[in-house]
Amino acid sequence: METKTWKAWIYLLPAILFLGVFMVYPLIDVFIYSFEEGYNSASQTYFDIGAYNYSYVLHDPYFLQALKNTFILVIITVPVSTGLALLISVGLSSIEKLRDLYQTVYFLPYVTNTLAVGLVFMILFKQTPYSDGLVNLFLSWFNAGPVDFIDGPYWAKMFVLCFYTVWVVMPFKILILTSALASVNRDYYSAARVDGTSKWRIFRKITLPMISPMLFYLIITGFIGAFKAYSDAVALFGTNLNAAEMNTIVGYIYDMLYGDSGGYPSYASAAAIILFAIVLTITCINLLVSKKQVHH
Amino acid sequence: MKIVLENLTKTFPARGSHGLGKKSDAVTAVNNFNFEIPDGKLIGLLGPSGCGKSTTLNLICGLQAPTSGKIFFGDDDVTKLPPENRGVGLVFQNYALYPHLTVRQNIIFPLENLKGKDKLTKAQMNEKALAIAKLVQIDALMDRKPAELSGGQQQRVAIARALVKMPRVLLLDEPLSNLDARLRLQTREEIKRIQKETGITTIFVTHDQEEAMSISDMIVVMKDGIIQQIGAPQEVYDDPINLFVAKFLGTPPISVFSAHVKNEKLYIGDEAVLDVKGVCDREVVATVRPEGFDPDEQGVFSCALERVEVMGRDMSIVSTHPACEAPVIRAIINSEDLPRVTSGTVRFNLKPGKVFLFDSESGERIAFGDK
Repeated sequence: METKTWKAWIYLLPAILFLGVFMVYPLIDVFIYSFEEGYNSASQTYFDIGAYNYSYVLHDPYFLQALKNTFILVIITVPVSTGLALLISVGLSSIEKLRDLYQTVYFLPYVTNTLAVGLVFMILFKQTPYSDGLVNLFLSWFNAGPVDFIDGPYWAKMFVLCFYTVWVVMPFKILILTSALASVNRDYYSAARVDGTSKWRIFRKITLPMISPMLFYLIITGFIGAFKAYSDAVALFGTNLNAAEMNTIVGYIYDMLYGDSGGYPSYASAAAIILFAIVLTITCINLLVSKKQVHH
Repeated sequence: MKIVLENLTKTFPARGSHGLGKKSDAVTAVNNFNFEIPDGKLIGLLGPSGCGKSTTLNLICGLQAPTSGKIFFGDDDVTKLPPENRGVGLVFQNYALYPHLTVRQNIIFPLENLKGKDKLTKAQMNEKALAIAKLVQIDALMDRKPAELSGGQQQRVAIARALVKMPRVLLLDEPLSNLDARLRLQTREEIKRIQKETGITTIFVTHDQEEAMSISDMIVVMKDGIIQQIGAPQEVYDDPINLFVAKFLGTPPISVFSAHVKNEKLYIGDEAVLDVKGVCDREVVATVRPEGFDPDEQGVFSCALERVEVMGRDMSIVSTHPACEAPVIRAIINSEDLPRVTSGTVRFNLKPGKVFLFDSESGERIAFGDK
């Protein structure tokens, strides 16, 4: 027994070391930084220990803007992308012809580079001295617009950001959901058909509960992913996100560390801890809700 | 409800006809079926796997549409009706119980689909579910999930769910194949009891001849999409129409010998073993049921004894003969008639009613004597 535990620890050692150095230690370090007031990274000194960093961050209008943006992004993109992905997956699994082709088309965004996609969105949305962008062309047919989606009003920019995020995260969700749908035993559907169950009821009472573990997984990871959004905003609006009012929490943390206004690891750490607390809370709520709704 | 199948045929088209996947020929799973199932009987569709018995069940149920032919329930032509309008209950081989619903919810599920004037209140549904649960004796398990039940209990829930709408026809696909041997015996009695109590015409599919023989009022023996023989189990056993049916029914299996007829006598090897009146001289396949061997020191048919196996009430004499198709011949006799054979040669007389002759080419039955 003794030797067995000893051996087990040896086997675990590489993983523990790796995780310890690159995950656990930085986590603790960030937590400590966030309480060190007036920390100077060059001299590695600080004035005092306290909650001032948190108070600063929570009163910083840029942070509040980033918080608001992130929340809007999460609340819109998670339900919309999951719902659309479910719709498309159900559609994909009920067609036979050209299914492989459609599956490939829907999966393409997943393997496409974020910045390349950003470029395409620029062509779609950006106004230049020569053109108003493709979307504005469509809008003009309905006597609407033109709207400057990239440098224009807040709602237009937010719309583009949400649209972009949904488009980027959907392929993975479609992939997971189509395989979840395919793994539901056909006999359940046959049994329901013999009993005269309507299509909608089959979907609600059989399909949804059967794929609920996968759906729940996608919602949790979707929430976490959306809270960590940053590169999408950069791809669309460039690096000066504060000026564009399009910053996200992760963007704010990055700016505090390396941006033009950067060099404040303590503020960055405090913001990171706040983000961590938010994500943790949301995930806990998700877990609680799922206990009632998810059938394993 | 009487069920009539009229020229029923189901052909699956050749796969890969539009250039995808492997090419294969069209398969006729059900070939021109014509038979009538009397009201209130338990019918076994019996055959080896791939013989089209599950397809037949799906056609009757309505999950698959026939290529041609008609299906009648009573006087109604249901060929074009979708399954939900046929009034059928179907029990799947794997039961297909919804794993996220309790036993009660599973049983109620079909009732909740009723619309219009058939719509039931929650209380009525519960009442019906409980009544049917009592019939299949699972009323104590109503709030469990299927995963918390044994295989036999799941089977009962599946039957309850199929019965709760009081279908005109109950269909069971390989109902016993997922149960262990002991439970299988018990459950087949249960199916018989439930069928008798409800009086619903019931069709079940099986590849196990013993299962089919033991509980069916009528069996339909199928092979390669073609009906071989229809009849009461004992009738089919005692009077098989061809070599396939003779070999398919009975445990231990029937012994098959290559033989010939000369001067109205059946010869296996050099020994004339039986008088076969009315058969001209020819090569034949002779088959003998295990109980058709009568050990006798003066017997006309001699085999090399391998061993004697005593199995309680019965014993089987295991012997070999060069003309036998199988490696050994099994003769079942009552263990009280203990023969005095221990080694060397064992001799039998053959009981005429237990010997069947078949054409060695076509496998068709050759009549002899008064049969």
